[in-house]
Amino acid sequence: MTAVFGVPLPAILGQLMLGLVNGSFYALLSLGLAVIFGLLGVVNFAHGAFYMLGAFAAYIGLQFLGVNYWCALLLAPLAVGLLGIVIERLFLRHLYQLDPLYGLLLTFGIALIAEGIMRGLFGASGKSYPVPESLQGGFNLGFMVLPIYRAWAVFASLTVCGLTWFLIERTRLGAMLRAATENARLVQAFGINVPLMVMTTYGAGVALAALAGVLAAPVTQVSPLMGSSLVIVVFAVVVIGGMGSIIGAIVSGLVLGMIEGLTKVIYPEASNIVVFVIMAMVLIWRPTGLFGRE
Amino acid sequence: MMHKTMTGALGAFLSLYAWSQAAAAGDQIVIGDIDDLSGVYADVQGQGGVEAANMAIADLGGTILGKKVIVLSVDHQNKPDIGASKFREWADQNGLNMLLGGSNTGVSIAMAKVAVAKKVPFFAIGAGGASLTGADCTPYSIHYAYDTTALGNGTASAIVKQGGKTWFFVTADYAFGTQLQEAAARVVIANGGKVLGAVRAPLGTTDYSSFLLQAQASGAQVLGLANAGTDFSNSLKGANEFGITKTMKPAALLAFISDIHSLTLQTAQGLYLTTAWYWDLNDETRAFAKRFFAKMHREPTMTQAAYYSATLQYLKAVKTVGSTDPDLVMAELKKAKINDMFTKNGYIRADGLMVHTMYVMQVKTPAESKYPWDYYKVIKVMSGEEADGSQPDPACSLSKK
Repeated sequence: MTAVFGVPLPAILGQLMLGLVNGSFYALLSLGLAVIFGLLGVVNFAHGAFYMLGAFAAYIGLQFLGVNYWCALLLAPLAVGLLGIVIERLFLRHLYQLDPLYGLLLTFGIALIAEGIMRGLFGASGKSYPVPESLQGGFNLGFMVLPIYRAWAVFASLTVCGLTWFLIERTRLGAMLRAATENARLVQAFGINVPLMVMTTYGAGVALAALAGVLAAPVTQVSPLMGSSLVIVVFAVVVIGGMGSIIGAIVSGLVLGMIEGLTKVIYPEASNIVVFVIMAMVLIWRPTGLFGRE
Repeated sequence: MMHKTMTGALGAFLSLYAWSQAAAAGDQIVIGDIDDLSGVYADVQGQGGVEAANMAIADLGGTILGKKVIVLSVDHQNKPDIGASKFREWADQNGLNMLLGGSNTGVSIAMAKVAVAKKVPFFAIGAGGASLTGADCTPYSIHYAYDTTALGNGTASAIVKQGGKTWFFVTADYAFGTQLQEAAARVVIANGGKVLGAVRAPLGTTDYSSFLLQAQASGAQVLGLANAGTDFSNSLKGANEFGITKTMKPAALLAFISDIHSLTLQTAQGLYLTTAWYWDLNDETRAFAKRFFAKMHREPTMTQAAYYSATLQYLKAVKTVGSTDPDLVMAELKKAKINDMFTKNGYIRADGLMVHTMYVMQVKTPAESKYPWDYYKVIKVMSGEEADGSQPDPACSLSKK
């Protein structure tokens, strides 16, 4: 049998496939972060908390309000996105003139509060969200059995990533957004409501995190800490891709997911640091990230 | 004149300070609790542990030897340095008389070193690592609720005897996980089984699918989960999703009832696990559980029950010897039998391990479960010696006497 690094080829293929699944979650989360940083200049440390809230919104919907998975895919990001808009209106917009550090501290505080509230309500060990009936079972790929749900998660997240990229890079609305980040006053002078645009962008970025949370709910335990364990990796992904670069976030999310997957077979103990090692190397060679602009 | 006033004020301040220190140390019996109150293990004891300790104090009337008993509590955030320095601070400044140690073997090993330096009796309850009464034992440590040896002897031997001969471990990559894996592997090999492989997953991993595929590729019959808390939940959930539970039998080397509750019976059914205590064992345990439930709105875990028992037994020993002197109290604790709702005829061995009955349980199917929290059926009752051996751990310096 063919082997790479002493690991049989089917195992490598299996791990690459799983890496792609995780990578698509990284891509979706880092996309939201990149959009918010690119257009608002805010380092949104609460991103993991919004991801967690998205998963909990789906859980609460299912348990108490009879909202099924498919509706939750739409409603949970909407609800959490609205919460994001409220936070932007009440707190965040007062900090745009200040050093980015203030935004980071504020969002970090929001993350801690959100985690604390959910821990108080649901406990630290979290809740189970069942895989929807229609997505149970798996495909036999020959080298592994891929659960249908994971395949769906990859498909859904890549579709959303593609749409977001198209919206920002290829439409008139995206062009206005990008122009507003270059020179907000000039764009405002053309009669475009910049504060409204900024607010909606933050809400949309938060909604992307919540969508990732709903997608993740059936595969991981829905727990208050699910976001904080992920958000640091996602930040590293954004830094590697280039802060604020949409395409960078998507591509590096997918690639790093796969590299992490391979590490889990070759040297499992290092699987939670490999992303950071790569980040350090990228920062040495290309301080602006792989897709970053000077 | 000015100078005199200053000296007088300073003197008054100093004597006041000395008096307040004496008050803290003299009029109260101070019990400390250092635990994970906010992280992955916060549901295992957490606030429920503090509540259980307070229930024991209330049952003894709130005062012992005319001194009010109080409980201090702090979050160690799973960091050994925080646990050890808080323990030292309480011992130096708050007149700490006894410490209850929550989750995390790494933190408990660090705190055991403080226990011996400050001569404060230390009840390790949430931590599982057997080295606490082995290489890391101290004259002031008591390992109270369970240890990795007992977990291995319970779950692993039950499964090997049912024909689960070949094992693959998914292990939490720190002191607790590795000790648990070693304990289970020893039992598997001693009973004629074989360990086909193991993978060490970092603490707090959320996606276990890679590790689970490796386990499946090994062709082993049993998937040994040497982890705890959300690590355990996420690995079991993944095993179900990838259909691995159809070909491999999962073994929970450490699962608390809080984990089973959050996983739901649908996912956890059929699982074997070992526990020191279960709320629905008998009338006494049910009575305790009922009181606990009224306050915490969930059934107590085995370690929350142990928090109650440890507090009760410590205070009874203080009452018997008529003092909080650590050496006298430790001698009394090691002499007396432990009888309460947590265990019957338990005793503390020379190395500090509390030897007591353990239960091998199987998680019920949703159809078997008749009322809320009706989760376990007893597969086997193990005597303390069966669970932990009849001799003290030779790695502990206290065992040689």
